[in-house]
Amino acid sequence: MFNSYTETRLKYYAGKCINCKRCTQVCPHAVFAEGKDHVELAQPASCMECGACALNCPVQAIEVQSGVECAWAMISAALRGKDMDSGECSCGGSESSCCGPSQEQSCGCERK
Amino acid sequence: MEPDHTTGPSCCSGMPQENASPCTCSTAAVPPGIRTTDSEITLANRLDHFLARWGFNREGHRVEPGLFRLGNPAPDFPVFASANYTLSFDALRSALAGTDAWILVLDTRGINVWCAAGRGTFGTEELVRKITETGLASVVSHKKIIVPQLGAPGISWPEVMRRSGFSVEYGPIRARDLPDYLKSHRATPAMRRVEFPLKDRLVLIPVEFVHIALPMIVVAALLWFLAGPVAALAAVAGIIAGTVLFPALLPYIPTQDLSTKGLILGLVIAIPFARAFATNPALPGWANVAGALTALLIIPAVVAYFALNFTGCPTYTSRTGVKKEIFRYVPVMALMAGTGVIIGIILGASRFMGMI
Repeated sequence: MFNSYTETRLKYYAGKCINCKRCTQVCPHAVFAEGKDHVELAQPASCMECGACALNCPVQAIEVQSGVECAWAMISAALRGKDMDSGECSCGGSESSCCGPSQEQSCGCERK
Repeated sequence: MEPDHTTGPSCCSGMPQENASPCTCSTAAVPPGIRTTDSEITLANRLDHFLARWGFNREGHRVEPGLFRLGNPAPDFPVFASANYTLSFDALRSALAGTDAWILVLDTRGINVWCAAGRGTFGTEELVRKITETGLASVVSHKKIIVPQLGAPGISWPEVMRRSGFSVEYGPIRARDLPDYLKSHRATPAMRRVEFPLKDRLVLIPVEFVHIALPMIVVAALLWFLAGPVAALAAVAGIIAGTVLFPALLPYIPTQDLSTKGLILGLVIAIPFARAFATNPALPGWANVAGALTALLIIPAVVAYFALNFTGCPTYTSRTGVKKEIFRYVPVMALMAGTGVIIGIILGASRFMGMI
């Protein structure tokens, strides 16, 4: 109830894992943990779908549909009849940092 | 994430080293020479950071991309990748105070590492391009580049390796952890975890607020004219709650969803105004109830909408979750705001026509 962040589209195929542990290095939420023969999917609900793990997995053992989680971009895409998933982070289209000045924060879209 | 350092928009700032190679600030596509920088954060850098935080000249907080010498690095010294956003570059060079190193600044169009990685501008393509353009392989004697962990959503290390021969080492999330990290080149779990502490939330407020300040004044002035000073104050309170209070109080407001957090905060803000409207002795009972309802319906909806639009900022929101929130709560917000506005209009029209 009142928690929309319990499911993600993260998929992990443990059988393919070669235990290089890159995913444990790149994940900012400790979703993966070191295991015996392969890494373990420790906290899937913490996944924010940034896509770093999948992109850095050398054997494609991880799949995740990543994208900018900017509500404004998604709402305006929906209103314009476009697919919400295709919505770019239009927030900073022209270089204005969509990301707000915080250096390592996620996309704080300016709403114009 | 000390927001401390760097250069103004010109490539030349933040590099007060006498042996700096000639700084060509022209934007011509000349292969840039190696420039020199240091770890000092000058007053000008601080001013630049301050202006960046306030959203002033958003495009202007850039460092010229290319290869920099931090101090006096030998060919076997480490290479660090950074974004050409002054806050990012300055965080890196100041964290490395006392260390000689190479810094490879990617052209992220003035955007920080994480956001640029999300959009792919801090990415495999640009990293490989900069490695090639700067002739990095002939400048350093090793084949390793340390990339901030939050650059990983844009970088595929096997691709970088295949295309440039350089191996990517993911350093810690925060530049300030680099000195510890460099002792063993191992990150502790804490260095790998992103947080969203009060300080990081507070620094986002100015830019949010700057965007909304003018519309807020217009709305407040209109409401003052149409419905009186209390209504104008209610508008200001709602907007400030959504843009300033919400980020500050984020973890302390009950529930997980940002929209419900916003509704709750909005309701708290609305109560005193509802009370003020409900107890206006000059108006009949039904008008008092209608006035209170207007506040209770519109303010929470507005604050919730601001809250939902904050979804890009918290470091834990996923696209799947945000989408769910949109489908769950936007209709509710629209219904609340719409009903509130209609009641408000009826109330205003009745007053205007002298019915009450």
